[in-house]
Amino acid sequence: MNWINNLSLPKINDFFQRREMPENLWRKCENCEQMIFHRELKQNLYVCPHCEHHMRISPTERLESLYDFGAYTVVDVPDPVADPLNFRDEKRYTDRLRDARRTTNEKEAVVVAHGRIGDVDTVSAVQNFGFMGGSMGMAVGDSLLKAAETAVERKSPLLVFSAAGGARMQEGILSLMQMPRSTIAVQMVREAGLPYITIITHPTTGGVTASYAMLGDIQIAEPNALICFAGPRVIEQTIREKLPEGFQRSEYLLEHGMLDMVTPRTRLRAELVKILRMLMQLPMLPAGQLPEPGSLVRDDEPEMSEVEAAEQPDGSAVKSSDPQS
Amino acid sequence: MQYLDFEKGVAELEGKARELRALARDDAQMDISEEVERLEGKSSALLQDLYGKLTPWQKCQIARHPERPHAQDYIGALFDDMTPLAGDRGFSEDHAVIGGLARFRNEPVMVIGQEKGADTQSRLHRNFGMARPEGYRKAIRLMDMADRFNLPVVTFVDTPGAYPGKGAEERGQSEAIARATEKCLEIGVPIVTAIIGEGGSGGAVALATANRLAMLEHSVYSVISPEGCASILWKSADRAQDAAAALRLTAQDLKQLEVIEEVVPEPVGGAQRDPKAAITAVGDAVARHLAELRAMSRDEVRKDRREKFLQIGRVRLS
Ligand SMILES: [Zn+2]
Repeated sequence: MNWINNLSLPKINDFFQRREMPENLWRKCENCEQMIFHRELKQNLYVCPHCEHHMRISPTERLESLYDFGAYTVVDVPDPVADPLNFRDEKRYTDRLRDARRTTNEKEAVVVAHGRIGDVDTVSAVQNFGFMGGSMGMAVGDSLLKAAETAVERKSPLLVFSAAGGARMQEGILSLMQMPRSTIAVQMVREAGLPYITIITHPTTGGVTASYAMLGDIQIAEPNALICFAGPRVIEQTIREKLPEGFQRSEYLLEHGMLDMVTPRTRLRAELVKILRMLMQLPMLPAGQLPEPGSLVRDDEPEMSEVEAAEQPDGSAVKSSDPQS
Repeated sequence: MQYLDFEKGVAELEGKARELRALARDDAQMDISEEVERLEGKSSALLQDLYGKLTPWQKCQIARHPERPHAQDYIGALFDDMTPLAGDRGFSEDHAVIGGLARFRNEPVMVIGQEKGADTQSRLHRNFGMARPEGYRKAIRLMDMADRFNLPVVTFVDTPGAYPGKGAEERGQSEAIARATEKCLEIGVPIVTAIIGEGGSGGAVALATANRLAMLEHSVYSVISPEGCASILWKSADRAQDAAAALRLTAQDLKQLEVIEEVVPEPVGGAQRDPKAAITAVGDAVARHLAELRAMSRDEVRKDRREKFLQIGRVRLS
């Protein structure tokens, strides 16, 4: 990238060997391998400030970063029948579910919420890749239906943030049936004359792409997200050739006419506010009137300055290593 | 007849009977009828026994049997005045999806089917029944037309899945499937689907989001192939048998889960052993369901379909 990376990286590594930092203070970008101060990463909505790599953001943080003042109400979705097939592979499905609940602190792979975004009452359904790969089972379909019902009741637009490795295989055919079920959700919103906007995030694959993700009035993708029906590996095995660079990534889909835009997460809220207000026939917000979103940085999180200057891993490499930034 | 692995015993008995008959043709003095009868009795008893206790994995193999009647066979036998319609009007014709106007027991309908092909050449031509976006977009076009002219839609589902190819992805396989599913839910005319072989994932859903679903006894309908599931969850494609059982993809399980309305019985030894009987049984089932739906208004048809899918998922299998 630039000279400073090469110089500063070994120093950072030295630093880590020398003194174990709390893991949550620094994070290494998996793309450019630069170290990022965690607080800064959060301020930047988990987008690497060096290379714009979009890291995973939890549904809660996503909602906080979108809704005005970070205020939203979670919509409860009734539990579907648990483990309807009594599925077991190397592990029981019920055990996998329990583990996912423990690690994510969420009940299932979608969080539904409503609140105001740019002073527009808006319903969101956010899929959580961290919960069993965001896979689509009954709960995901039920959540989308609930989100659609809520949008219709509130006469509000519906935003869906997709992220899924595909089907919840452990629910077999019932997983597949979420394709038509989630499509009904989209139709409900459409019939009510309300906007339905999909924000497609990395990765969105299989039946999720082939249902609600591709049915948006407006389809926005985050940069470099893998968006596909069949995954690249399956295709390579089928056609026995290497796929071109960037195949099935957001920018590629944009060029092939499958998306309206590719928007970095840091600009997404502004873009959504603009669109939502136009589609809802609301006036433009006067300059300076856009309510602030919530902040992902909690008060008890250490400031950069609290890390002793002497022990900083070459501070210059962290914040402004890239002369372009 | 092409025998499946688990039909080895039947193959041997039938082979012996055939040999005997060939010998007898050369030697008029030879009386073999008793022995042939005995062998045939034995093999049909064995067949009956085998087909009475098929495992889910065996059903997958039957569902994929190359000699099983395919969409074209059903359309040819059950429909009159078949008028094939071609093309998606955007990019190309997709030979994996056949469709057109036809008369079903005198009534005009729109028929759409996934065709796998019957020999090497036609299989290649049909891309093994794996549709590209154009196939789904053609189906959308035909469903739209059916809706405008008030024609019920009959679909025959038989596909390993939508085609996982480079061009298919570039031209929006996902979008095409999503729109086809949406179209199924949108139209005010009844849709009756028969799953006659493999119902492969999203590639099947796009043509199977119907008011009524009938499935041949040894057909399968699944979110993923057992091989695919095994390689992901068991980390080995060799565990396909286990995956097939765990996925509950048989017609019987799907009936219990209320995903389909009817299991259509197959002749002993499967549809491939008596295509005519299987085709007639499917035709009767389709006719019955269409008759039930005929009385409904357009709104009722839409509502019926929507309710059906909203209700799915309330049953737990034992
Ligand atoms: Zn980076």
